[in-house]
Amino acid sequence: MTDTITTKYTRADFQTDQEVRWCPGCGDYTILAAVQGFMADLDLPKEQIVFVSGIGCSSRFPYYMNTYGIHSIHGRAPAIASGIAVARPDLSVWVVTGDGDGLSIGGNHLIHALRRNMNLKILLFNNQIYGLTKGQYSPTSEKGKRTKSSPAGSPDVPFNPVSLALGAEASFVARTIDMDRKHTVDVLEKAYEHKGTAFIEIYQNCNVFNDKAFIELTGKETRLENRINLEHGQPVTFGAEGEHAVVLVDGAAKVVPTDSVAAEDIMVHDVHAPNPSAAFALSRLSHGPYGPTPVGIFRDSVRSSYEQDVKQQLIDAQAKKGPGDLSKLIRSQGTWKVK
Amino acid sequence: MSDDTATLEATPSPDIEIEEIDKVIIRFAGDSGDGMQLAGTRFTADSAIFGNDLATLPNFPAEIRAPAGTIPGVSSFQVQIADFDILTPGDEADVLVAMNPAALKANLVDLRTGGMIIANEEAFEERNLAKAGFAANPLEDGSLAGYRVFRVPMERLTKEAVKETGVTGRDVLRSKNFFALGLVSWVFHRPLETSIAWVESKFAKRAEVAAANIASLRAGYNFGLTTEAFHHVYNIKPAKLAAGEYTNVTGNTAMAWGLLAASQAARLPLFYGTYPITPASDILHELAKHKNFGVRTFQAEDEIAGAGAAVGAAFAGHLAVTGTSGPGLALKSETISLAISLELPLVVIDVQRAGPSTGLPTKVEQSDLLFSLYGRHGEAPLPVLAARTASDAFEATIEAARIALKYMTPVILLSDNYIANGSEPWKLPDLDALPDISVPFLTEPNADGRYVPYLRDPKTLARQWAVPGTPGLEHRLGGLEKQEVVGNVSYDTNNHQLMTELRDWKIRNIANDIPALEVDHDEGAELLVLGWGSTFGAIRAAAKRVRKDGLSVATAHLRYLNPFPANLGDVLGRYRYILIPEINQGQLRKLIRADFLVPAMGFNKVKGLPFHVSEVENKIREILAS
Repeated sequence: MTDTITTKYTRADFQTDQEVRWCPGCGDYTILAAVQGFMADLDLPKEQIVFVSGIGCSSRFPYYMNTYGIHSIHGRAPAIASGIAVARPDLSVWVVTGDGDGLSIGGNHLIHALRRNMNLKILLFNNQIYGLTKGQYSPTSEKGKRTKSSPAGSPDVPFNPVSLALGAEASFVARTIDMDRKHTVDVLEKAYEHKGTAFIEIYQNCNVFNDKAFIELTGKETRLENRINLEHGQPVTFGAEGEHAVVLVDGAAKVVPTDSVAAEDIMVHDVHAPNPSAAFALSRLSHGPYGPTPVGIFRDSVRSSYEQDVKQQLIDAQAKKGPGDLSKLIRSQGTWKVK
Repeated sequence: MSDDTATLEATPSPDIEIEEIDKVIIRFAGDSGDGMQLAGTRFTADSAIFGNDLATLPNFPAEIRAPAGTIPGVSSFQVQIADFDILTPGDEADVLVAMNPAALKANLVDLRTGGMIIANEEAFEERNLAKAGFAANPLEDGSLAGYRVFRVPMERLTKEAVKETGVTGRDVLRSKNFFALGLVSWVFHRPLETSIAWVESKFAKRAEVAAANIASLRAGYNFGLTTEAFHHVYNIKPAKLAAGEYTNVTGNTAMAWGLLAASQAARLPLFYGTYPITPASDILHELAKHKNFGVRTFQAEDEIAGAGAAVGAAFAGHLAVTGTSGPGLALKSETISLAISLELPLVVIDVQRAGPSTGLPTKVEQSDLLFSLYGRHGEAPLPVLAARTASDAFEATIEAARIALKYMTPVILLSDNYIANGSEPWKLPDLDALPDISVPFLTEPNADGRYVPYLRDPKTLARQWAVPGTPGLEHRLGGLEKQEVVGNVSYDTNNHQLMTELRDWKIRNIANDIPALEVDHDEGAELLVLGWGSTFGAIRAAAKRVRKDGLSVATAHLRYLNPFPANLGDVLGRYRYILIPEINQGQLRKLIRADFLVPAMGFNKVKGLPFHVSEVENKIREILAS
């Protein structure tokens, strides 16, 4: 591959000539704008970037990114992206998926991509509904949700995607919100810098089939009371005046009035903690965006990445045995000559 | 080496008669824990190095350890060795090594009348006899009168032999397969040196096990030498095969090597995405050993991910391969369909086994042919090739990769359990003569300063491969229908018609790029026996036999199942009768009848085993007599 000169891009360089076809007012537009803007600011040639998606509203994303990309099949984006990442450690590989694509039909691929810790950045747009198929309950819809496919209320207990990712050995786990572009970009930056699989749950409003699902975190009146901003090295407090605090009681996170506890008893957030238990406890504060809900980076810990380990095995094998010699190989089980 | 090497080289004393025979079929049979596959494989390797032609048929249960002593737990390994060019592991065995009553019961039906039985007599005790369903001991009740029975106290002699080696407990009797191997090696005049060297290297880290196995091997050989019962021995001279250098190879190994060769011939790194499944896993095992070739083996979380990762690797510019067996092919179906839509090169290996569902995981069947051709949603054509023998798998694999790369398409390459696990001598190819199958990546825009992914080569209809990392060629591919040339999403109905036809023509057109079907014609033949895949040996051997009696028959064997060779219609038109033997219910026959409107006859068997030569032979005779 020839050397490429890094160019400074603008957001327009990442737009394609394809008409963006999400519903007017869809949260996907703001996420697309945030990602395009973020990519333009990276010192990364755009030919080094690959977006892979599955099926669903969010999965149209690659068509609108002027990079390399595949719009694949339902649920399989992490698997296809894994092949790209293992084959080509030089690339920056991004997966765009949704709550149905990533957590239902593709749940298996997602958890394995997380545990392997590959060079994959997974953006899971969670709108808690099936949008493309017009409004059935999803694996993140709240129990009891009334939809076309659950007129009497959904009998399913939903996944908490952050808890799931932490349980699946993810080394980087974050949550952000479509409407908060600055926060989204901050999280994207940290995810990009992370070596290994990064998982970002993005709360994304579907204004057609599940409008205002995240209103408790985005509404003017409610967001101060409910949004817990996770900051590395900082005590976990929230509220207009920081009047709420999170403490750990018997391993479980609990919200208490800040003035009811000693300052040193308030949980201090450590994204680099080798043990994910505290991050998991934080993720259990809410099961969906109801009541106080943490957003930000839950976990950002370092461990070796899969594709680099695989690459090293190839290097080691060549160092030990020399480059592959076919002639020797086909004689390796013993031969005889017929005259 | 200890001083009893001398014993091995001892010149037989004058009272030992050596009879020259041209071939023998030996079946080693025992419990699945008795090491019969190993004994058979070693005997085969020794015979190969000695220069015999050979063919093998391993047959083992799907369970790792079925209940000991029972019929379902029996594992066997049949090998035919000969001083001439043979094509199959043979129909009826001449020699049966039975390590217990169940092995005798399960295999006696395949032993020819008058054949030799070497029985591990201590295993023929009450409990084992009952487990195998014998009311009385067959070694004593006269029921084996039609055979030559040799009762050998293998367990006592093995215990005796390994006494000084330091093995204890269960390891003591574990070596009895080597005792059996040593005895059979004596009877058929095989050298022991290669097996001794193999044991020494295999158990280098467990010296006492190596010593025990070698001691048992020699004890078995020496038992034959010193026991008068075995003083009539046999010799099979080296076969007069075509001049060249040979090795003994199984189909799975040949396929793995074929992939490594294809990777070099394509000048692309190899990516093998897969999920463990019988009987395909050995391809993964073999490739994983050779990372110095730059191969990335990816053991995925499931079959779908194995194929998905391979599609990703293909997009990224690797020679991408996914391997599986029937149930896995079913799971990969949607992903293969995606590869057809993306028009990316992908080799899909299906080592067929008996179905439906889990079926018989360790038994052969050719029943995925129609599934390979049609087992996808939508109009989703792709090329389908089949290997015919273990050694042929090498070349078939390179050819599958060539077509995938040249035509930017997934290709299904069919093998089966018989090819995968059976072995035969393989005349090593001239590696310098391997075809160059590389295709250049596109490096510059191909249309007015931009890259349009679905611009096609007018001759092959293949699109151009542009891989990530190439500046200016950024593009998006997807499973939604694409506008011709440009590749953008298109819902235009006329465009869909056009794209469907283009995908179809691209595959049909490959017929112009593959060799014509060769016919092994016989003057005056009115019957053509047409086959594909692993029936090759049985069909050719059957034809040889009937020709010896002056009968005329023609044979032809298809490597390309889709598209068919361009001359197939002409070939079929030349014969009054067409017989298609298959290990399925008539899948190729259905295709031939549908495509060519000829009254092809089927000869079908689905017993989890290859055809016996005699079965095909009798069918040919029956047709010729009618």
